[in-house]
Amino acid sequence: MLGFLQHPVMVTAEVNLNMVALTAMGLLSRLWQLAYPRAVVFDEVYYGQYISFYMKRIFFLDGSGPPFGHMLLALGGYLGGFDGNFLWNRIGAEYSSNVPVWSLRLLPALSGALSVPMAYEIVRELGFSHCAATGAALLVLIENALITQSRLMLLESVLIFFNLLAVLSYLKFSNSQKHRPFSPRWWFWLVLTGVACSCAVGIKYVGVFTYLLVLGVAAVHAWHVIGDQTLSNVRVLCHLLARAAALVVLPILVYLLFFYIHLLLLYRSGPHDQIMSSAFQASLEGGLARVTQGQPLEVAFGSQVTLKNVFGQPVPCWLHSHQSTYPMMHDVAAPLSPHAQEVSCYVDYNISMPPQNLWRLDIVNRESDTDVWKTILSEVRFVHVNTSAILKLSGVPLPDWGFRQLEVVGEKLFRGYHESTVWNVEEHRYGRSQEQKERELELHSPTQVDISRNLSFMARFSELQWRMLTVRSDDSEHKYSSTPLDWVMLDTNIAYWLHPRTSAQIHLLGNVVIWASASLATLAYALLFVWYLLRRRRRVCDLPEDRWLRWVLAGALCAGGWAVNYLPFFLMEKTLFLYHYLPALTFQILLLPVVLEHVSDHLCRSQLQRSLFTALVVAWFTSACHVSNMLRPLTYGDRPLSPSELKALRWKDSWDILIRRY
Amino acid sequence: MLCATSRLLAARAASALPAHPRGRGPAPRSRRRELHFPGHPELPPGDLLAGRFAGPSVSTGRRAILRRGRMPPAAGGGLAGSELRPRRGRCGSQAARAAGRDVATETATARSPKRPAPLSSRRFEAAGRWALLALVTLTSFATRFHRLDQPPHICWDETHFGKMGSYYINRTFFFDVHPPLGKFCAFLGSMLIPLAYLTVLELSRSLPAALLTAALLTFDTGCLTLSQYILLDPILMFFIMAAMLSMVKYNSCANRPFSAPWWFWLSLTGVNLAGALGVKFVGLFIILQVGWNTLSDLWHLFGDLSLSMVTLGKHLTARILCLIVLPLALYIATYAVHFMVLNKSGPGDGFFSSAFQARLSGNNLHNASIPEHLAYGSMITVKNLRMAIGYLHSHRHFYPEGVGARQQQVTTYLHKDYNNLWIIKKHNSNSADPLDPSHPVEFVRHGDIIRLEHKETSRNLHSHYHEAPLTRKHYQVTGYGINGSGDSNDFWRIEVINRKFGNRIKVLRSRIRLIHLVTGCVLGSSGKVLPKWGWEQLEVTCTPYLKETLSSIWNVEDHINPKLPNISLEVLQPSFPEIMLESHLVMIRSSVWTSFFLTTFLQGNNGLKPKDNEFTSKPWHWPINFQGLRFSGVNDTDFRVYLLGNPVIWWLNLLSIALYILSASIFAVAVQRGAHLPVKVEGLSQVLLRGGGQLLFGWMMHYFPFFLMGRVLYFHHYFPAMLFSSMLTGLLWDTLLRLCAWSLASYPLARCVHVLGILTLLLGTAYSFYLFHPLAYGMVGPLAQDPQSPMAGLRWLESWDF
Repeated sequence: MLGFLQHPVMVTAEVNLNMVALTAMGLLSRLWQLAYPRAVVFDEVYYGQYISFYMKRIFFLDGSGPPFGHMLLALGGYLGGFDGNFLWNRIGAEYSSNVPVWSLRLLPALSGALSVPMAYEIVRELGFSHCAATGAALLVLIENALITQSRLMLLESVLIFFNLLAVLSYLKFSNSQKHRPFSPRWWFWLVLTGVACSCAVGIKYVGVFTYLLVLGVAAVHAWHVIGDQTLSNVRVLCHLLARAAALVVLPILVYLLFFYIHLLLLYRSGPHDQIMSSAFQASLEGGLARVTQGQPLEVAFGSQVTLKNVFGQPVPCWLHSHQSTYPMMHDVAAPLSPHAQEVSCYVDYNISMPPQNLWRLDIVNRESDTDVWKTILSEVRFVHVNTSAILKLSGVPLPDWGFRQLEVVGEKLFRGYHESTVWNVEEHRYGRSQEQKERELELHSPTQVDISRNLSFMARFSELQWRMLTVRSDDSEHKYSSTPLDWVMLDTNIAYWLHPRTSAQIHLLGNVVIWASASLATLAYALLFVWYLLRRRRRVCDLPEDRWLRWVLAGALCAGGWAVNYLPFFLMEKTLFLYHYLPALTFQILLLPVVLEHVSDHLCRSQLQRSLFTALVVAWFTSACHVSNMLRPLTYGDRPLSPSELKALRWKDSWDILIRRY
Repeated sequence: MLCATSRLLAARAASALPAHPRGRGPAPRSRRRELHFPGHPELPPGDLLAGRFAGPSVSTGRRAILRRGRMPPAAGGGLAGSELRPRRGRCGSQAARAAGRDVATETATARSPKRPAPLSSRRFEAAGRWALLALVTLTSFATRFHRLDQPPHICWDETHFGKMGSYYINRTFFFDVHPPLGKFCAFLGSMLIPLAYLTVLELSRSLPAALLTAALLTFDTGCLTLSQYILLDPILMFFIMAAMLSMVKYNSCANRPFSAPWWFWLSLTGVNLAGALGVKFVGLFIILQVGWNTLSDLWHLFGDLSLSMVTLGKHLTARILCLIVLPLALYIATYAVHFMVLNKSGPGDGFFSSAFQARLSGNNLHNASIPEHLAYGSMITVKNLRMAIGYLHSHRHFYPEGVGARQQQVTTYLHKDYNNLWIIKKHNSNSADPLDPSHPVEFVRHGDIIRLEHKETSRNLHSHYHEAPLTRKHYQVTGYGINGSGDSNDFWRIEVINRKFGNRIKVLRSRIRLIHLVTGCVLGSSGKVLPKWGWEQLEVTCTPYLKETLSSIWNVEDHINPKLPNISLEVLQPSFPEIMLESHLVMIRSSVWTSFFLTTFLQGNNGLKPKDNEFTSKPWHWPINFQGLRFSGVNDTDFRVYLLGNPVIWWLNLLSIALYILSASIFAVAVQRGAHLPVKVEGLSQVLLRGGGQLLFGWMMHYFPFFLMGRVLYFHHYFPAMLFSSMLTGLLWDTLLRLCAWSLASYPLARCVHVLGILTLLLGTAYSFYLFHPLAYGMVGPLAQDPQSPMAGLRWLESWDF
């Protein structure tokens, strides 16, 4: 019974003090004076409004990214007891006392702090020395841009955290593959890879590039597993299925989960309702739901309805008429789209034209031939009986005589499906009485019991996701926008915040030494890689096989991580900022000590050369620390600087450092 | 990796010779299989269609070599097998170098006895192959030239391309629709089919596969329609296919490098690449494909330790010469011709920089002589440096109510006009007329504060803290003041980029910025089109963001100042590379990313803007044949032509891609798992993985990039990809049917499976063509949605609109 008492309870703990020290330093650098400045800094003004929406449970739509990142920030607000009452309208505005600044900024800061030990672990798992690993972590620690970005209510540091977590857990997984596949540890890291990838995508869409990279590396490894003829077919199949489940199916499920929680939290109607379809709006509390509550479902002859165009572009709009006629004498061509025909309300003004006012109704999304026209749910098209033209919103605003409202036309030529030709009923009243007064009364009081119109989660998810991807962000030229070419050598900066009275200021400004040497290291890696590859092809093996594989894997993840997080920006048309480069930079920083160690181990031929090289590296690292320290006032914004000091910090003409004129 | 594997497999096949699992054929024949170079798997001898042609052709080719001593470059071009045989060890100087390469193959060569078939039967078969090729070509010509003269009016894009053609021919607007351009297009369109036929034959070594491909393309209504009209697409597709064919051919010559056919096909690839790129930028994709193929080819050669570095250097040089230098030279030569032919001023001038215009005769800058340095009192036009923005312009119209301050509009305008003229004045003195001869000339210098007075309306260029009409974050620019007297918001500092303060400002050469003195913003054009009130000219703003973008940099173009001596502009003419660069920039800048001459001459009104009545299509529409393009005719009384792929063929293609990916993955996994495939299956799997892989790659290269393009896309952009997809279909079904026949080999009727399958596919496509041919050849009568129409039953998708 008490057998377990016969042996003493032993706890053997191995503590890597490197890790502990790095974590502590990370926390210190990121959390120090976190609540300062107590003012809205740069993009906090953007994310803050969504935090307020979460706190108030009001539905919103943000095209910039999936909801997980916003939810994490909101979690900080929730933990700090934020009530959402703050007007996010101006950078530099002082926070009122109800805003828990510290807890709002906590999660990004923690993510930034934990990236430091993770950098250490990744380089270790790649098979490089403790020294290189510590170097990588220290570089992440002192990189000013990473510090600035993680000390504020912004999402990049969280994205970087999950990117690194995905890579780290994949490495842990693949290293345990050799020894103990299907062990709990193996499963844990495999599942964590999938979850981390999903979280990265859930924060910003660009996270998908890291996900694809990990997926690509996993595919290559899986291909080797297939080629491993010591494994039985069944076992290979199990390997493949486990990977597919954890790296493909699981991330999708987790991604859906984010949206599920998002929609669960936000159940009140709000300012962005108009972008969504009528059915979606009706599923929110307040707003359209209040108007349409209790109205009859099926549209009958004699119903009074409002007809909304499904396209929703350029703006959501309803079919409308008013007591003004088209101005000029014109033929039946539509006023602004001459290839289509005009749509008008016909009253006999002696215009010697026969009335042609019969329309055939097409229910576009009907499930069976017997379907009737339903409020909100049915999408219908109107086909003109005489000309078979289709009622369409052309989207062109009419001139002054049309009160700048949008033109509606009968489309003769195009008969394929397009959303601008599809309409749905939004409000619906129905009354039977012939008496005018009674009828009006009847129309304004709900007559039938409302039937549940709640959309399924998948329908709401797909609509929301689609709208988020297609919502047009307004043309946003920005003073601090930059191009990807400006990033590699840090030719640009962003002024985040300026103290209202003194010259204390916060800038997104990197450590130039680290940026330049990381870029050089990437170049060196690429050249060395091509050189080795060509020589191997000619059967000259400079590196032993295991070293070579290690070198390739480090390049695939670090240089590859840089490339996939950087190059796609050249194809993007949105406004770009320096902080978009930070995920790529982090991977580049990880590559730096890897290349240095490689040079020291394989390219320095004698002990003397090696010592010299080590001395050089130490000198270089010292200068990086020095630069980091010099830029510290601009990173933390804690100390006002004199104009001459500020001028001295403007190392590049393209940097914009704010100097007050007195 | 694939090739390395196949090398192993070939070796294995050679060593496993006696254990041939289904050695149905006579032993010498099956042994001869080992002759084959890896990657060109021999066709099984027992097969009905292929066995008849492919087998003996081998010896035909070889015999030809023996008889004439060397390969005639194009003589055997039409037929598979003419370049097929490796002649290792017989190729003179190459022999020694190649000696150590494939020992297995070598031994096999040594072992295999040559058993030439009877002369007459081989002749007969060679004739048969020629006949088949002739038949394919004839059918394709017949379908393409049938009813070529209808409709006798201009269809769709012919409006544009025809105009281009006429420009080239005699630089008038004389315009005749079909001959001779129409026949030329139809000719090239017909040539596509023999080219595809030969490519598939080369890749698969199987006549049925090639025949099936030819049938798919001949009977596709979409390709047919496209070939019948004066469009760029037939020309582009011709070059793409020709490049593909010559690439495949030179791959087949890989075992005899530096031989005459090798050089011939290699340089022909280069020529065709230049052609493809010269027609449309979409030709870039075939260049990428050839480039990729060349890289992997070089990679294999590089891994071959029997080749010395010198030989490798030769290989590399040969490819650089033929695939980079030659096409580039041709491409540039095309441009040289283009610029020489089109040296007259035309409606497209405004798109180009001032210096570029100086070389167009008829342009006011041509042979002009103007004062070199800007002085106060000069009358000038100011042109934006960004392409296709135009001249700083103003006119007697105000900004409408609600759009900033109600002052005179300032815009940019692409055409030359008196309203583009401005006078430079000193900011503080209006009274003294600088043109008064008694006053000394005073030059404008970098850093001066100036005023720009609009000549026609005498209002000053002005800016203030009001939102610009379209770009809300910029300030509005207006014309202000009466007879030149305004306020301090009319003052601008003129700066020359990259020059020292105090320097004079040169006409045309100096790149200047105008900085508003009060607000510190920079004069620029946003490139956005103003609404009707602004006559659809482009918006001019004053941007507070001091970035050096071209849209805020200007140059002085016309310059009139009687007090200054004129100098000739000859010195300012750009060099040929500069012209090349500029015209390419213009092409990329203007949203129409298509042929050069197209963009040059299309002016806004009938440019390739999406026509109002069409919804432009999305790339995902294309492979599923979602909706066509109306070429001609709308109503039921019109003669209507509708560009739509033959749905049977297109959906078969779609299915084939999925099937291909599936079967190729199965084979790849099987090889990776180390499965031992029977020799015959292995040969088929090589055809599938290598030949099919190239075709699939071609399809992807010509399709997926469109997803990244933001420009206006049309259905016809898919057709190059569709060619590759059809070739893949032909190759796939032939291979799959052969596999079927092989796996059923124990049943008596097994051999018929292949023949029957191919015949069914051929007849099926032919019948579907019979059904859908009115789409291409034109139809009159009720529209298809009318149940009365004969086409009513063929409207399989709601979105088809014929």
